[in-house]
Amino acid sequence: MIQAVMVISTQAKPRLLKFYNFQPPEKHQDLVRSVFQLLSARPDSVSNFVEVDSIFGPGTKMVYKHLATLYFVFVFDSSENELAMLDLVQVFVETLDRCFKNVCELDIVFNFNKSHAMRLDDNSLEGEGPRTLVNHIKQDCRSSSRVTWSPTFRSCVSSCYDDSDVLLTSHSCLAPINLMQMHTILDEMILGGQVIETSSEEIMKSVEEIARLEKQSSTTSLIPKSISERFSR
Amino acid sequence: MMASATPAPTAAPSLVDTLFQRSLDDLVKALRADPSAAGESAAVARALSEIHREIRAPDAATKSAALQKLTYLSSLHFAPVASHPLAFPAIELLASPHLPHKRLAYLAASLSLHPPSLSLLPLATHQLHKDLSPSAHRHVSALALHLLASPAAASADAADLPVHLAHDLLPHLARGSPRAIAAAARVIAASPSAAVPVLFKPLAACLASPDPRASTAAAAAFCDLSAPPADAAPFLPLAPDLYNLLTTSRSNWALIKVLKVFARLAPLESRLAARIVDPVCQLLTRSAAMSLTFECIRMVLTALPAHDAAVRLAIAKAKEFLGADDDPNLRYLGLLALGMLGPAYASTVNDCRDVIAQSLGDADSNIRREAVHLIMGMIDENNIMDVAVMLVGHAAKSDPEFANHILGAVLAACGRNVYELVADFDWYASLLVDMARTLHCAQGDEIGRQLVDVGMRVQDVRPELVRSARTLLIDPALLGNHFLFPVLSAAAWISGEYVDFTKDPVELVEALLQPRTSLLPMSVRAVYIHAVFKVITFCFSVYLERLGDSSKAVDVAFDGSAEEQDARASTVRKDHFSHESILHMINLIQTTIGPLIECNEIEVQERVHNLMGFVHLVRDIQELNERKAAADETQSRVKELVKTMRTVFCQELGPVSVNAQTKVAPPDGLILNENLVELADIVSEDDTAPSTSIFFYPRKCHSVETRDEPAASVGLSSLSEHRKRHGLFYLPTGKTDEPNDYPQASDTLPSSSNEAANDDKLKNVEPLFAGKKSKATKSRPKVVKLDGEDFLSSMMASANAPREDRLSGALRGVLLGRAEASPSQKASDTNSEGMLNKTGTDESSSQSVENLGSHPTPSSGASKQQNHDKGKGKNPPESDGKELRKHRSSGRSGQRHGKHKHREKSGIIGVSAIANPGCHPDIYVPMCSKYAVKFVDLLSGHLAPKGDVCSFGVVVLELITGRRSMDKNQPAGKHDLVEWGLAPSVTETRTAQPDGSQTWWEHLHERQRRLQSDPAGPGECFAEDPKARSLIC
Repeated sequence: MIQAVMVISTQAKPRLLKFYNFQPPEKHQDLVRSVFQLLSARPDSVSNFVEVDSIFGPGTKMVYKHLATLYFVFVFDSSENELAMLDLVQVFVETLDRCFKNVCELDIVFNFNKSHAMRLDDNSLEGEGPRTLVNHIKQDCRSSSRVTWSPTFRSCVSSCYDDSDVLLTSHSCLAPINLMQMHTILDEMILGGQVIETSSEEIMKSVEEIARLEKQSSTTSLIPKSISERFSR
Repeated sequence: MMASATPAPTAAPSLVDTLFQRSLDDLVKALRADPSAAGESAAVARALSEIHREIRAPDAATKSAALQKLTYLSSLHFAPVASHPLAFPAIELLASPHLPHKRLAYLAASLSLHPPSLSLLPLATHQLHKDLSPSAHRHVSALALHLLASPAAASADAADLPVHLAHDLLPHLARGSPRAIAAAARVIAASPSAAVPVLFKPLAACLASPDPRASTAAAAAFCDLSAPPADAAPFLPLAPDLYNLLTTSRSNWALIKVLKVFARLAPLESRLAARIVDPVCQLLTRSAAMSLTFECIRMVLTALPAHDAAVRLAIAKAKEFLGADDDPNLRYLGLLALGMLGPAYASTVNDCRDVIAQSLGDADSNIRREAVHLIMGMIDENNIMDVAVMLVGHAAKSDPEFANHILGAVLAACGRNVYELVADFDWYASLLVDMARTLHCAQGDEIGRQLVDVGMRVQDVRPELVRSARTLLIDPALLGNHFLFPVLSAAAWISGEYVDFTKDPVELVEALLQPRTSLLPMSVRAVYIHAVFKVITFCFSVYLERLGDSSKAVDVAFDGSAEEQDARASTVRKDHFSHESILHMINLIQTTIGPLIECNEIEVQERVHNLMGFVHLVRDIQELNERKAAADETQSRVKELVKTMRTVFCQELGPVSVNAQTKVAPPDGLILNENLVELADIVSEDDTAPSTSIFFYPRKCHSVETRDEPAASVGLSSLSEHRKRHGLFYLPTGKTDEPNDYPQASDTLPSSSNEAANDDKLKNVEPLFAGKKSKATKSRPKVVKLDGEDFLSSMMASANAPREDRLSGALRGVLLGRAEASPSQKASDTNSEGMLNKTGTDESSSQSVENLGSHPTPSSGASKQQNHDKGKGKNPPESDGKELRKHRSSGRSGQRHGKHKHREKSGIIGVSAIANPGCHPDIYVPMCSKYAVKFVDLLSGHLAPKGDVCSFGVVVLELITGRRSMDKNQPAGKHDLVEWGLAPSVTETRTAQPDGSQTWWEHLHERQRRLQSDPAGPGECFAEDPKARSLIC
């Protein structure tokens, strides 16, 4: 069975944690840290499997994908096939990519943002406005070997980059929605450590249906209490 | 809104805060506004205090927003959220008709439930029941199923929840919902006894479902349920359905799971393997999916090893994987597959040798490790030299972690089962040194251990070992590398112990005393200094021999080996034993070692004292010789003394089975002390722990006794009687014709090693041909191997710092100007006295001690076993008590045996000294004790009156307390055993000792007080006035 699913940023911040075997909450941070240490020590273009007996117990392995600034990590035991798990990571990433265009790449852009803001300062490009920044990022995105997103994602990135306002106000990076939605997607894929759906289309359909249902039932919160929600209307 | 009750570092909530609630977006913005750790933790603390206030709101919207924030904080920011505040509102919101709230509540519950909050779960049972009902929307049921399968709810602690809800799963299972199938599997795994009757059949029915999603999920469920800790046998009846799936399913996911289940079932039922082999081979040839192909390979290699055609096909596929240059994943899996091959297909692995060797240089650490693993599997006695050299060469080029992985693997492979693969030990010795010199080597402990171990077990390799050790010792650069200290320690020990193979002792002494040795830790310095002692003793004895050659006849009868050494030494280079070179060495020793006499480290200090004392004596004789006015008497006395010292070091050390002592049952009549029963738990615990030491016993000593001891037959025959009764076969007996006296060895070695032990002129034993080794081009030298030698424990043994405690008594005697009798001489001395001839050997002396009934000592010559134990200072004092009780021979206690032996002997010989004034008794003088004045008149160097009685008292006290006479590990004021033992109040030790040992110490104190009041006890032995001391009789 699958023991855990993690999404960790390259700055060691967890973006999604889900354990299918009970792990005491106080241990979560250590697990994330040790997994990140393993991952960050691995160079590019090596195999995607790591034996993690020391972290998750005997016989466990980990498969990961490094995309842009995120590590997608699945931990599993001897009841799963390594290459099948690698496919599953791909399914997960693709589904994220399809469902939440404006969320998921914003998370990445947010991280990009910081490094690029730094570069802007260095090159005294402040005056040139956000457009330059966007171009920088686009350029970087194309040239970087790390970014191996699907074509869908690339188009999403492009469309997003053109919307420079979103980019600049993307400080929020909308991780909360990200978190809830990521959990929804994950739950459509895996239940109790078992894979229940492996088709990205099916998962998308379910997620959309849930979103529709939620909208139907949301009658009460016509007046949002949150300031930001009110002002954003 | 009510005021926050939590102690948060924030001001009272402002009006805006209470009127408007921050959403999760706002929270994340606030968290990211200040990315520093302090800013983030402040924001988290503030948010938590807010949430605590908001979460009690009656309004569901506020509550859910707060719950959302709390979930986010606890799962991604590891905020220390107690389980209750999260679990309770979550369960409250489960009933919300509003879907977003319900979903959030289910998510929060599945993330936050853990054992402490499971008591809340019954509150949710009703809601779960409702949501699982067929009338509920399928997305709602899905939420409930997720909670049911969440880690906490599916844990054994919450077994009633799944049991209550098992029936609710049935309609979902009938529909073939993959979620329900997966949840049912979790429920069955959590509480098999309750859930199997309800759920197993419906689940099995899903396997035959026409819906591929249902059958795939069912296959996955059964794969999970049959996973290794569980027994796969109950799933055998499912084989027809699974077989059906295997032949008809198009889903790779389903096929993978079915193959995994069959891999577990096939070993249980032989007919099954024959049935599935064809479909599997078809899949293997047909499938384009790599995942399925790999699963087929794994299945064939692990479960169908008997089907040759299938295995060949699988190997061919695995080689395709290996050939995938552009995909490291496939290469890794290919290596993994080869690693599953049994020894029957070793030749196949050998075919891929080039690919595997190439993989050693791969950028991927997984691939490199798998390659090392495979190469280690290929290793045998024919290729070990090539492979090991190749691997060590690779280690030199690799990063530190991998280099040490390789070195560790090579050491383990070569050392396996007492070096069974190594035929050429000269090569192995140089390989060990090469390994030690590898750039990132951190395996010093193991290399050092193997150097010493090989030296002790293989006589033939010693010259080469000494050569290799020399190259290590003379290199000053190595002294700065702390990973190499154990290796240097081993090298120093080898150079000292096998000094007769050294080509240039002067250079060796210079290397051992070079200025950079100050960088060494004290324990290693002690070994260095002791090695110098051995070298100088050797040089001087050779020098004296030569002097004796010219002046008068050599005492051939004394020691044959000395003659031989002389012969060997004279063939090398005579210069090294000239007057000048010895003077040079002595001067060097005095200038470099002299300052260390003040050293705080007891080991170093003791050895420096020994060495300096010897050097002073030697200097005397040098001066005498120079003036050519050697008074015959003095010269012969000193000569005898040097010879004695040499004899002491000539005793060859050999390995003794770690288990030897455990085979000894305590003699029937021996009641050690029933009061120590309370230590039983500690004893048993310690007994099961692997021993971390190697034992030595002086082998030659035994042979000397054998030849020179006809008169001790009374003692020996009674000893053999004793052995016959108790099965004490681990001891060297006095009889050469009794092959069993050696530690029982597994192959033919014991008798031959026994011969070797008995014939100390036979330095180069004929190589022993073991049948299976006859292939080796170079005949394999004899390797001493002991029966039942647990390789793992010997691997862990640390053997780099030998302690010569067996000698300490004798050394002190020598240094105090009393020529200590060598075992043989002593024997003849006492024999000639005719009164106490039983004291001639150690064994018989212990017998006589027993006969005298003075103390229940560890019977027999087990105490002759010497060990050298690295961690002897760390052993708790309890071990000594245990040793007295259990006759164990492990760690420090073995060494204790040795000490006790000496002390018993001193007591006995002390008696003989009374009876025969004028003989040279072996007097044990407690080190540094201020009571030493009672034993020896320090000014004259003569024995103080009744010093032997005093000495016997110390021995008794040591036996009782299990402590050394001087122990700096004890708290201040208790270093001196005699002082401490005689002190009226010792109660404060209770607080100083850990709880477990209190009773032991209390008991000891009680015994001690009793003994002090007892007129025959050791207290009496320490009276100031010699006449007040009791007589020993």
